[in-house]
Amino acid sequence: MIRLNPKYIPLLATAVVLLAIFGTGSVLYPNFGTPRVIVNLLNDMAFVGVASVGESFVILSGGIDLSVGSMVAFVGILIAKLLQVGCDPFLAMGIALCIGAVGGAMMGCLIHFFGMPPFLVTLAGLFFLRGLGFVINPESIGIDHPFYGEVLPQLSVLVAPKAVLPFTAMCFLASVIIGTLVAGFTRFGRNVYAIGSNENSARLMGLPIGQTKIAIYALAGFFSALSGVVATFYMQSGNPASFVGLELDAIASVVIGGTLLTGGVGFIPGTLMGVLILGLIQQIIIFNGTLNSWWTKIVIGTLLLIFIVLQKFISRRPAGAT
Amino acid sequence: MSDWFSDLLFWIIFGAILFLLRRQKIFWTVGALALLLLFNQFFTPGFFHIQLLDGHFYGSRIDVLNQGAKVMLLSLGMVLVIATGGVDLSVGAVMAIAAAVSSRLLVTEHQPAGIAIAIALVISVLAGAWNGLLVAGFGIQPIVATLVLMVAGRGVAQLITEGQIINFLDPTMVYLGNGHLFALPFTLTLVVVMLIIALFFVRRTALGLFIESVGDNDEASRYSGINAKQVKFLVYTFSGFCAGLAGLVACSNIKSADANNIGLYLELDAILAVVVGGTSLQGGRFYLIGAVVGGLFIQTLTTTLYARNVSSDISPVPKALVIIAVCLFQSESFRTRLAHFLQPLGRVLKPLSSRFPHHLLTATRHDSPKP
Repeated sequence: MIRLNPKYIPLLATAVVLLAIFGTGSVLYPNFGTPRVIVNLLNDMAFVGVASVGESFVILSGGIDLSVGSMVAFVGILIAKLLQVGCDPFLAMGIALCIGAVGGAMMGCLIHFFGMPPFLVTLAGLFFLRGLGFVINPESIGIDHPFYGEVLPQLSVLVAPKAVLPFTAMCFLASVIIGTLVAGFTRFGRNVYAIGSNENSARLMGLPIGQTKIAIYALAGFFSALSGVVATFYMQSGNPASFVGLELDAIASVVIGGTLLTGGVGFIPGTLMGVLILGLIQQIIIFNGTLNSWWTKIVIGTLLLIFIVLQKFISRRPAGAT
Repeated sequence: MSDWFSDLLFWIIFGAILFLLRRQKIFWTVGALALLLLFNQFFTPGFFHIQLLDGHFYGSRIDVLNQGAKVMLLSLGMVLVIATGGVDLSVGAVMAIAAAVSSRLLVTEHQPAGIAIAIALVISVLAGAWNGLLVAGFGIQPIVATLVLMVAGRGVAQLITEGQIINFLDPTMVYLGNGHLFALPFTLTLVVVMLIIALFFVRRTALGLFIESVGDNDEASRYSGINAKQVKFLVYTFSGFCAGLAGLVACSNIKSADANNIGLYLELDAILAVVVGGTSLQGGRFYLIGAVVGGLFIQTLTTTLYARNVSSDISPVPKALVIIAVCLFQSESFRTRLAHFLQPLGRVLKPLSSRFPHHLLTATRHDSPKP
């Protein structure tokens, strides 16, 4: 029998849960397993997914980023406002992404230089960005720029009969691929894992702790901002009051995706699966029609609990074995 | 009693309190509150106006006490949790559950208010015990363990209210958040009683010492014979109870239970109150009264912003800046840097610098730093 490396067990468990939920849905509802539903799933979960990729890096390094939802809302209203005053859409998106990266880097600086706990700094970021969104415009702004109305719909690809992969889903998949490559095959990615496993040993090995930490939060800020951009594609509007609690969805996806919340163990494709599980639960509840939407929260909470306990179980075992 | 006279009296009392506390760590929290109130005294017309109507006091400062009760109650539980080196993110969701349970029993099941309140509190204690079980029993990180209830709790509350906003008019329930006792809001009495109970257990028994030692060094306290798991379990349970009380007050304030919005983001205010109160998030030494004053500070800040016509949507911005400023001053490396920066100034003002800024900025914590 092949001996399985314990670090793959959470990933495998996630895959099993994903298949089980998808199988249940397909058995219960006749049209559940069609490509069209899957494409819709990718479209609906696109902004959550992009944000989760950024969150994965932060959690892999042993930190946490609570500012995701506010950043997405802030970027959404910023782009909508910029387009309203006649800004070029690409310039607006560029500005938004830069602000995301710089904002993330600033939080990283506070965390690194002053030794402040990540969850407190990003909490302040959550408050700050939420308020700033309302400063830009207190009401929702619709986007009716030709780029959004005419160009975007043409950027979709027919992947199967009656199933069109929209641009938002492509952004999501691209983020996952880029995230996987950065985490698995670059020096930066290796530093992230090292810091997450044990920051002290990483420092003793001479790895650039400060640089990496600031880069991690900058990257997370960038992905949050990208998620905001994707959300404007999806919603065709910007609303400063929207996406409250998105960070919890992102964290839940990452954890359900098999990443240890203590840092150091996890894979970006796991996050993709985690996001899909979240989406599937919502889809099943929609397909059912009689269940209320708050069941989503309860199921996600339960799954979160199961995975956390599973992680505890797994992370205890190698310590006993060696 | 004319307004200027009562203001003068207020400031004399406040000044005396500040003077008495000048050597305590809590001085800085009370001082920050004093600065905020001083700002209002001069720049926010009507903030200090107080009047007696039907034997009850009314005014902005009374509003602060009444509205701040929720955060003060939460921070009482939160400060003990943070002292053990943990954090409880689920208090907002527990508030929603307590509100949902009490109003469902009251309205849908037609139970008397006493039973509704008692059962709601028992369920909040169970919710707290659940967190305690995950943290102490399974050894899961506190942020993560309480995140589970934070995510699922609101769903559970929705389930209990069946997605409805339940309104009630029961006099006992309404009294909890709107009634007056001794001419002051009843919520104030509630906070004071809870504070005295907590203070008794923490300062008159060995419990406080246990909590501090568990927060300072879990392993070492276990080796010295402290049941660290029991201590942790206890503080999370207590936090659940405080959250339940706060939830009852919150739903009584608006005479309805709205599972989506009760206690939303209040966990953040509670954590902030604890931090402003001088307790480090690393655990160890904690300041119960500091946390309550911190809660008062945050509510004063919020009320000030509203009184100055800052929209409630924008008020998070100044709040965030205050969090960062307070945390920077708590950060060892920031204080060292600032002290270094201020050294030339300190030399010029030597007599003064030996009294406060230099001394404050370079002072190290009494408890040993975490590795």
